[in-house]
Order: sequence, then structure tokens, then C-alpha cells
Amino acid sequence: MPTTTRKRKAEVLTNITDVFAEPQRKVSKVHPQVPKDSIPREEAALPATPQTLTEGMDSDDDFNSVASSVDLGEDMSSSVDFGAGESDVDVDDDYQDDGAFDTTAKDLTPQRKHFEVDFKVYSPQDIQSQQDTQVAEVSNLLEQPTEATAILLRYTRWNKERLIEQYMDDQERMLEKAGLGQEINQNPPRLEVRNNFTCDICCEDGPGLETFAMNCEHRFCTDCYRHYLTQKIKDEGEAARIKCPGDGCGKIIDSKSLDLLVPDDLTDRYHQVLMRTYVDDKESLKWCPAPNCVYAVECGVKRKDLNRVVPTVHCDCKHAFCFGCSLPDHQPTPCVLVKRWVKKCEDDSETANWISANTKECPKCQSTIEKNGGCNHMTCRKCKNEFCWMCMGLWSEHGTSWYNCNRFEERSGTDARDAQAKSRQSLERYLHYYNRYANHEQSARLDKDIFHKTEKKMTLLQSSSGMSWIEVQFMEQASQALQQCRQTLKWTYAFAYYLARNNMTEIFEENQKDLEMAVENLSEMFEKPTDQLAGLKVEMLDKSSYCRQRRVILLDDTAKNLRDGNWQFNVELS
Amino acid sequence: MAGNKRLLKELAECQQNPPPGCKIALENDEDILIWNVTMAAPSDSVYAGGNFKILIKLPKEYPFKPPQLNFKTKVYHPNVTNDENGSMCLGMLRADEWKPPNKIADVLKLVRTVLASPQPDDAVEQGIAEQYKNNRKEFDKIAKDWVNKYAK
Ligand SMILES: [Zn+2]
Ligand SMILES: [Zn+2]
Ligand SMILES: [Zn+2]
Ligand SMILES: [Zn+2]
Ligand SMILES: [Zn+2]
Ligand SMILES: [Zn+2]
Repeated sequence: MPTTTRKRKAEVLTNITDVFAEPQRKVSKVHPQVPKDSIPREEAALPATPQTLTEGMDSDDDFNSVASSVDLGEDMSSSVDFGAGESDVDVDDDYQDDGAFDTTAKDLTPQRKHFEVDFKVYSPQDIQSQQDTQVAEVSNLLEQPTEATAILLRYTRWNKERLIEQYMDDQERMLEKAGLGQEINQNPPRLEVRNNFTCDICCEDGPGLETFAMNCEHRFCTDCYRHYLTQKIKDEGEAARIKCPGDGCGKIIDSKSLDLLVPDDLTDRYHQVLMRTYVDDKESLKWCPAPNCVYAVECGVKRKDLNRVVPTVHCDCKHAFCFGCSLPDHQPTPCVLVKRWVKKCEDDSETANWISANTKECPKCQSTIEKNGGCNHMTCRKCKNEFCWMCMGLWSEHGTSWYNCNRFEERSGTDARDAQAKSRQSLERYLHYYNRYANHEQSARLDKDIFHKTEKKMTLLQSSSGMSWIEVQFMEQASQALQQCRQTLKWTYAFAYYLARNNMTEIFEENQKDLEMAVENLSEMFEKPTDQLAGLKVEMLDKSSYCRQRRVILLDDTAKNLRDGNWQFNVELS
Repeated sequence: MAGNKRLLKELAECQQNPPPGCKIALENDEDILIWNVTMAAPSDSVYAGGNFKILIKLPKEYPFKPPQLNFKTKVYHPNVTNDENGSMCLGMLRADEWKPPNKIADVLKLVRTVLASPQPDDAVEQGIAEQYKNNRKEFDKIAKDWVNKYAK
């Protein structure tokens, strides 16, 4: 256990510079981009079959040890060690780069949170070297040249064990199936000029025609060969399994032949596509879906585990996404429910359209109120009525224990008897949740707008008042907390929609309500005039930190119960 | 690039020595990319006596990309779509199966083979395929009816 991480727990947020130094250290620890060559690649390159959550697991220790034994390569597994019931490990801050700034000693708990999963971020270089290592290893074992080994490994979708087994079983057949034929050790590929030759593709037959053939001897002029490869790589996005252009020939083009034939820009593309295929072929690897991001993430959570865990991973590019379905982070809602919910919202988009309106009427004086910040606490300009944008109820009642803005009250039996009343009630129920879901989405956008406006003012403030860049960063932190919490809140409403009502639902709704209030309180501060903001720094930091705490509490509880199969849903998860 | 020499040669060959049962002409003389084929069904098949109009459209990238083929004459067949396209699903015409040395004549030979012996397991018309497998008599009857109605 590296001492730096241990010490970190005790660090108190006394001075903001420290807090900013921290994430740097973290990044280099979790994602080993730095001393690449000094790291033995083997373990990272050849993950053992990762163990994952299984149906039968029942204790926290089981969960932790199972989840953390997922083979994520060298430094992650060495820094994460839940061996022999030891739980005093602070890995939680390793992947919370988003929550990195708030960690005061009091809200750091030693155990890893239930909603967190182990993962590792790889750069394209990492992925290339993983492949190289595997090729080299298998190449030694099979005594085949690396080119041929690479083809064999791609053919078996990088399943090394299967390849070796099949190869040992019947070498010739394996080579044949992978498109290698038997004579792979002879004749490096080369171009040949021929005189009495007709290219079977373009019918060119002039003297001195430059031609190419792999050792299957399907010979064509280099122009045609080149054109064929270009089209496969560029238009069809193929790489690992491009066959010889010869009629009926299954021999696969190796990258040596390819390098000989196609221009450099296309070779780059070819290797890119090969890399894509490598990651696509592995269940434990996924590309970060953020636009233009080049990183891939490794995570041991399998498809079959997705009803028990929502595997949010954090790419080095700062994008948080679900390893299960590649959508942006949707904790606490499991992937299947997300899919259902998104589909439902699409299907019902017209019914729900009126909701996205930015204006409503004041419930007291009916004058039009426009929402221009994320905050749901509205004050009517005309009559000063304070109300909640979501439910239009009095704001003063929202803090009280008996008021429930987030809960949908089922109407009691009598009026829901006939079909029409029932369908009306189910629509109302849907709208209740959709309303809140959509509202947090919209509010997150509005909060961000306000933040950007504020940010400009803060920059001005900096130059006029001499406040340092560091000193105005609390705004950024608050904004991030807000975005993140709204994202979570948004999905809690999809989650709640599918939740069957029982005593557990109430705990969930309590947590949801607490987080919601915390978020609204923070959100309100963004609407304060800029000249007051500097003086509100401490309060804002406090509120941000409280929001994060509430979020962690909600996510942790929900994830734990999801893992244990305690939630009852009103739909089948499968 | 590879296009014209190859295409002219193929066309000349097809006209001098057409694939069995086929007559080939360009849809119009200006455009070498659209071929008109009239295919006489094999005499030992249920479609015997039928002459089928087939339109072959060649992509600009031909022969690197496969030709497109449509039955212009209605045909009751599990492997030909029963719509205005009359597309026939042939393995060799799929982008990942097509190889540039493949010739239009080869395609036509295959088309004629499939016409004579349907491949119900590879069908585009499931209903017709079911009937072909389970009620051949009825299938034959309709197929012949259609030949008389549309392909004479
Ligand atoms: Zn050629
Ligand atoms: Zn070949
Ligand atoms: Zn990324
Ligand atoms: Zn997901
Ligand atoms: Zn009012
Ligand atoms: Zn409310």
C-alpha cells in the first residue's frame, strides 16, 4: 500500500493549493501513462479471466474481494488490496476525479463505496503494447513469426487459450482457418514486375506491369491490389480480416504485405482499425465514447452482472460513462431500466412536451414566470409568492418532513376503478417522474449557463480585485458538484418510476429528497449577485461538499441494495 | 481506374459468348453501367418457358464493389423479393463476399442456378419458402401461374 494514499486520508482541506496538487498525483497513480517502459507489461497485457459479481455473493467482503480481484494490471491491483478482510483501504478517491476537490477528512470513509467499480484507463500506446506483448509471447510458444501470430490471435479474437488449444490440436487446420495456409515461414512478400501478365481485375496486360501476390499466388496488378485494400480499410472499416482478392481465396492479408502496398496514411488507418478491433473483441475493454477521445477503459464487470451493478467509469478525458452501455453516467439506475426509460420518453415525447416549457404561471397571481437559472425555488416578481417550480407548491413547506415534492402520491382506490381513470393515473404517475427527470436535465444546463456567465465575471473580478485564479476556483467546484448531483438526481427519477412501492422506497425517497434540497440550496447561491460571491466562498464550499455527501449516501445505499437484489421493480429486469 | 477496359471486355465476352440462357444488351448505348439481361429459365425447372428481365446496375467502383441485380419480371421464388425491386439475395453479391475478379457472367450463372433450385433456408420471402418446403405442389402451381401471367 503506497503511503501517499494512506496519508491522504488524514489531509484536511486547509489550503486550496494542496487540494489542487492532489488530483495530479492521483492521475499518475491510477493511470500509468508515465513510466511505461519500467512497468512489466505482461500482467496488464494478459488479463486473467476476470472474476466478477456472482449471484451467490452475500457479504460486503465477498463483493469487495471479488470486484477488486478483477485483473486490472499491475499498479491498480497492487494499490487495491482487500485481502483477508482488511477493509482499511482508501481506494475510493482513486477514481473520483470528479469529486476530487472536496475530500475533507470528515467525509472520507475508508471503505470503497458500493457504487464504485475498479477500472483502468489505457492510452492507444498502452493498447498497442498489450497487443505486442501478447503477440510476442504466443509467437514464442507456437514458433510462428509475429505477423502470422498476430493474424492467429486476431482470428481467435485474442483468446490466447483457445488459440493454443486449437493450434496444438490441429496446426494445419488452424492455419488454414485463419487464412494463413502452411507456408508462412517462406518468402517475405514483395512486388514483382511481369511481362506476359493480364490482371484479372482491370484486364491490364501491358509489359512491365507491377504485380503482387501473397503466397497463395493470386496475382494482380499493384494498382488493383492497392485499390482493393484501400476500399476495405477506408470504406468498409476492415483490417483484421481482409482476405486476398483472389476468387474464393480466404487467405488473410498480413500487415507486412499491407505496408508494402498502401500509402502511409492508410497504414495508419489500418493500424487504427486493428486497434479498434482489438478493443471491440474484448469484453473487458471499451472505448471511451466521448468525441475525439482516444482512451479505452478496462473493467471486469460483465454483461450478466448489469442488473446488480451500474459500472460507472471515469476516463482520463474527464468523461464519466457507463461501462455496461457506454451512455453517460446514469447511476443509480441499471442499464436495462435506462434503456426502457429512454425508449418510453421517446415514445411519449409528445405527451410530455409541454413540460419543457420555460415559463409557467405563478400559482397565486397567475402572472407569467420565466425560469432562467437551474434553481427550482421561484419567487414571483409581482406578488412575491415563493413556490416550487416542480410541484408549484409553497416553497416554505419544502424543507419540512411532511412535505413531499419528489414522491408520487398514488390516489386511493375508489377513483381508479375504471380503465380511463387507471390510464389517467398511470399517465400522471409517468409525468410526475418524467417532469422531475427532465427538469434536472434542464436545470443542469441552466446552472452551467449561469456558471459560465459567472466565470466571466470572476475573471474580471480577478483582474480588478487581485483575487488569484486559485481563489475563484470554488465556483468551478460548486458548479461541478451541482452538475454531478443533478445528473444523479435526474436518474433517481427514472429509478423511482420503476420501483415497486414498499418500505424500502421510502428510504430511497428520503435520500432523494435530501439530495434534492441540498442541490437546490447550492443552486440558489449561483443566482446571487456577483459582487457577493467572493464573500460566499466558505458557504458555497460547504454546500458543495454537503451535496456530494448526500449524493454518495444515496448512491451507496442504492448500489448496495441493487447488488443484494433487494429492490423490487414493477418491471422485469432481464 | 480499373473500370472501363475490364467492363468493355466483359461486355464483349458476354455478347459473343453469353452465359447459358442469357441475352445481354446495354439499357442504352451511352451507359455501360446498366445492363439489360433476358434470362430463359432452365427447361427442367418449374419456371420453364419463362423469360425473365433482369436489370444489372454496376457501381462506379465496379469491380471493386459488387453489381446490383433486380428482377424486372415478377417471379414467385423464395429468394427474390416479391416487390417492385425484385432483389435476389445472393451471397456472392454481399460486400464482404464479393471479390473483384468475379465476373457478371459468373453472377448470371449463379442466378440461373438459384432460379432453378431455390434455397429456402436462405430466403427473403419466408412465406414462399415455407410453402416451397411444406407444400411443393401448391408452390409449383403458383410459380407456373406467375410464369404464364408475367414471364411470357
Ligand atoms: Zn489490375
Ligand atoms: Zn489468394
Ligand atoms: Zn475519454
Ligand atoms: Zn449503462
Ligand atoms: Zn405571483
Ligand atoms: Zn416541489
